[in-house]
Amino acid sequence: MNGTPGVQVTTPSDTEIAMTRAFRAPRRLVFDAWTRPELVVRWYGAHGWTIVECEIDLRVGGAWRFVWRGPGGAGMAASGRYREIAPPVRLVYTESFDDHWYPGESLVTHELHEAHGRTTLTTTWRFPSRQARDLVLRSPMERGAAEGFERLDGVLAAIETRRQQ
Amino acid sequence: MMTERLDATFAALADPTRRAILARLARDGEATVTELAAPFAMSQPAVSKHLKVLERAGLVTRGRNGRRRPCRLDPRPLQEVTDWLAEYRRFWEERYRALDALLDELQDPEGG
Repeated sequence: MNGTPGVQVTTPSDTEIAMTRAFRAPRRLVFDAWTRPELVVRWYGAHGWTIVECEIDLRVGGAWRFVWRGPGGAGMAASGRYREIAPPVRLVYTESFDDHWYPGESLVTHELHEAHGRTTLTTTWRFPSRQARDLVLRSPMERGAAEGFERLDGVLAAIETRRQQ
Repeated sequence: MMTERLDATFAALADPTRRAILARLARDGEATVTELAAPFAMSQPAVSKHLKVLERAGLVTRGRNGRRRPCRLDPRPLQEVTDWLAEYRRFWEERYRALDALLDELQDPEGG
């Protein structure tokens, strides 16, 4: 973590949220982390939630679907279709949650830029409306904020334990 | 309601002229409509319209100083937006820390 800048969040337009984050890894690996099921399941999930189904048909028009299992048997699922696949520089897909906590589907664009062994990932979510975008942050954030802090502690502890081993 | 305020703030911030007005007020502290209209090649009524949107969002207040009615920036709604974005950032930072650990491991499979 040391030397790694945090996530920068901006709102490039009325209906978009963009996030930029640098990783100390070649972009090939970062691209893989978003597109190879065996890797996705190892990091992509909120606190207390694990991916129990991860289907990725990595071709244009191909579908993806992730199913999470959470505390007390709670479930959550999202799916979409790949629109553009240009490894390791660009990935575009649609995203829609089964329980539609925001209306409609969003369009997710990942752009990966590599320099000096580091990868800068910029992810832009485009929502069908400004209201949808604003909803995105409200509902899951209110639900997840408190547990997010707990999970962060857990992740940091796990990383530390792994380093010491 | 927090939600409606955010909507109003984002709507107000969605226009480049209004963002420029806010930037100007942030820099100069206060300015009149005439002073604000000058750099925008825009009529005073047009600027007044923008100011109304900013006022509704609580981003600008109008004082009274004799016949002058200077506009001032109220940064509180901006703070709410910043807090809102900070929640999102935290959420993703948490995921990306897990990704950091995975990427470290992928690059160093021996566990170095």
